[in-house]
Amino acid sequence: MKDKGVGRREFLKGAAVAGAASVASAPVLLPEAAQAQPAAAAPTAAGYSFLNLEEAAFVETLVDHMVPADELSPKGTDIGINVYIDRALSSAWGKGDRLYMQGPWKTGLPSQGYQLPLTPAQLYRAGIEATNVYCRKTYAGRTFDRLTEAQREEVLRALASGQVTFESGLASRAFWTVVYQSVMEGMFADPIYGGNRNKAGWKLIGFPGAIAVHRENVERYRDKEFPNTPLGIADMS
Amino acid sequence: MVTRLPQVDAVVVGMGWTGGIMSAELAKAGLKVVGLERGAPRDTDKDYAVPTIRDELRYVVRHDLMQNTARDTLTVRNNPTQEALPMRRLGSFLPGEVVGGSGVHWSGHTWRWTDMEFKIRSLYEERYGRNFIPADMTIQDWGITYDELEPYYEKFERIAAVSGKAGNIKGQIQPGGNCFEAPRANEYALPPLTPILASLTFQEAARNKGWNPFPRPSANASRAYTNPEGQKFGACQYCGYCQRFGCEANAKGSPHVAILPVAMRNPNFEMRTHSWVTKVIKDSSGRRVTGVAYTNLLNGEEFEQPADMVLLCAYAINNVHLMLLSQIGQAYDPVTQRGVIGKNYAYQTGAAANLFFEGKRFNPFMNAGGSNISCDDFNINWEYDRGPGKFVGGFNIGSGFNTVLPIGYRPVPAGTPQWGKAWKAATAKYYQMGMNIGSAGSVMANRYNYYDLDPTYKNAFGLPLMRMTFDYKENEHKMGRAAADLINDMARSMDPTQMNPAVARTDPWTIVPYQSTHNTGGTIMGTTPRNSAVNKYLQSWNAHNLFVIGANVFPHNSAYNPTGPVGALAYWTAEAITTRYVKNPGPLVSA
Repeated sequence: MKDKGVGRREFLKGAAVAGAASVASAPVLLPEAAQAQPAAAAPTAAGYSFLNLEEAAFVETLVDHMVPADELSPKGTDIGINVYIDRALSSAWGKGDRLYMQGPWKTGLPSQGYQLPLTPAQLYRAGIEATNVYCRKTYAGRTFDRLTEAQREEVLRALASGQVTFESGLASRAFWTVVYQSVMEGMFADPIYGGNRNKAGWKLIGFPGAIAVHRENVERYRDKEFPNTPLGIADMS
Repeated sequence: MVTRLPQVDAVVVGMGWTGGIMSAELAKAGLKVVGLERGAPRDTDKDYAVPTIRDELRYVVRHDLMQNTARDTLTVRNNPTQEALPMRRLGSFLPGEVVGGSGVHWSGHTWRWTDMEFKIRSLYEERYGRNFIPADMTIQDWGITYDELEPYYEKFERIAAVSGKAGNIKGQIQPGGNCFEAPRANEYALPPLTPILASLTFQEAARNKGWNPFPRPSANASRAYTNPEGQKFGACQYCGYCQRFGCEANAKGSPHVAILPVAMRNPNFEMRTHSWVTKVIKDSSGRRVTGVAYTNLLNGEEFEQPADMVLLCAYAINNVHLMLLSQIGQAYDPVTQRGVIGKNYAYQTGAAANLFFEGKRFNPFMNAGGSNISCDDFNINWEYDRGPGKFVGGFNIGSGFNTVLPIGYRPVPAGTPQWGKAWKAATAKYYQMGMNIGSAGSVMANRYNYYDLDPTYKNAFGLPLMRMTFDYKENEHKMGRAAADLINDMARSMDPTQMNPAVARTDPWTIVPYQSTHNTGGTIMGTTPRNSAVNKYLQSWNAHNLFVIGANVFPHNSAYNPTGPVGALAYWTAEAITTRYVKNPGPLVSA
């Protein structure tokens, strides 16, 4: 039931990240001054603390597919969702902080929630590998990052609707759940975590961020537009 | 190896609302009190300050103030035929684990439960006949009345800075308040919170329907306030980061603001944090307890704290767990229906509709924990006939945002794509247009909803996890359908541009997603040792110097949030202990 690839992936962890940018164009964490002018941000390599080459390509492709650039926001990698995911997976959460990790391990019922013997980082790693195995088999040897847009859409829809069975035995639904949640977190969590760059996610909806007081605003802005100039934790520190 | 500490008058397990109240009251009465808390000390100035507190990921998604399930959790299943498996991370409910307990991260909704709950079996039998109550529905009268609790409700409301509008003062109905509430002696100390647009929109529609909307009473100080103990509160800032957060304005009625400093100032009281109680110790007769065993989590050192009195004031679930681990009283068995410890676990249910109004700007990020408008027309209104729906219980219906932050809250019409340009466009379009109408519903006790010790899984101390067996029964499904119909009828009357209708819950209870931290029962109160674990003073029938204080004493769960009666019962019990028990230690009610 355990993904047999985990050992190899663990070995790769932390290695060979410098070349990630060659796989897909990726931005780097920019200093605050540069962030204020997103137009000037030239795509450069993201430094990863968890993702290996194959995983970086997968994640960058995924977040740009799920959050494409248009007049509403820059694309996922330009918002830093890939960076968010990498940091989250190497954080305490990714390593299973607060997760009860004692066996015995049983599949359980959907009503019993998460029951895998994997930390979020292990699940992510095994899931990317399994998805790429599925993609290679389904699309003439191509991994997810090398599929056409229509094919990528097909894969994500299949994952989201639980129609993918991974050969490794990994539960595809559990992988999709963590993938989807991580993309949303990367778009909408405070920018201190590496995503939501320039508060792009918050600006999309008009969420003001970490602003402190609305006591006077409840009546002043009742049914009125509130200024869409969100502040993050770093802006107020 | 185990260090035996000097004897004290009382040891209090858990430093949340009930632990804070009991510690303050007992120390005031001259008793030497030690409070043990397994969580860390936290205070507003350093821990709940802006901007770091404004972090949805840390506090909402990653549960920074909550019980750490890596160390201690439960196993869960829907019925006794299933194998229970561990809740490997938090989901459906969120017990707190810091000084202040769940009282730090609650929203503040503070209700007065009435005789509709305390006399539930009598009332339904009288009106609908004995056969109306299903054979497996193990509800019972509580053995206490609203009139007995009224002064203690008021005491707690004033300590916790509850803002609200009275609906019934000494029998006189008050305009603007909840006309169905039981008579209060006095008005709230603080005026109600300013309603937000979603609440006002619902209020108008409810009035048009002939319902009786009112501002939800909530422990969010609507203006600066000093409580009767001299503790100071700031005014609520409607910051939108209430539920699951500590309050940087000290505007939320939280034990670390409202009551724990009162105990701390008293030289009779000592608090020890990082102190994990593993057992209540019985004497050889089994009729008295002698203290508790605990471990200092900072170095693993084990202690015995002897005490004349033990007060269990942990989260409701953990109080029951300690009773089962300590083998005090007979564990409940659903087959034979013998035993009382673990009996009548109950939860809550609900349904909600999303409404979208083209052109509206609801600014959902501006809200207090309790800036809602509620209706009790289908809850504590006994005129509402349960006969046609054939269910026991009730539900309140209301509207208003409470801590809706963007990782978790981005309403879109059903069928919207989950990613891509269309998803982004809909997310942007509907965020400001959306509001909810939701119900919170009671859950009746059932023979097969209970706690016991898990046979397989252990916590970090090698002790058995608690096993929770729970599901909604047909009674709750029937009530849920009635609630969903009313919500949807109301929603349509408001002519929204689009809506996602409320759907009655009929699927099994699941451990994900979050539902409510309103877990009740397990060591229920009652009139005899045969039907309950504790008497009306929350005193163990088995050991008269053991008191078990929290929502774990509720024989069933209502539609209301539990903290009102939890706080009132704590003051009620504290008075019984300090004025009667200490003078003549023994059972306060003869068995």
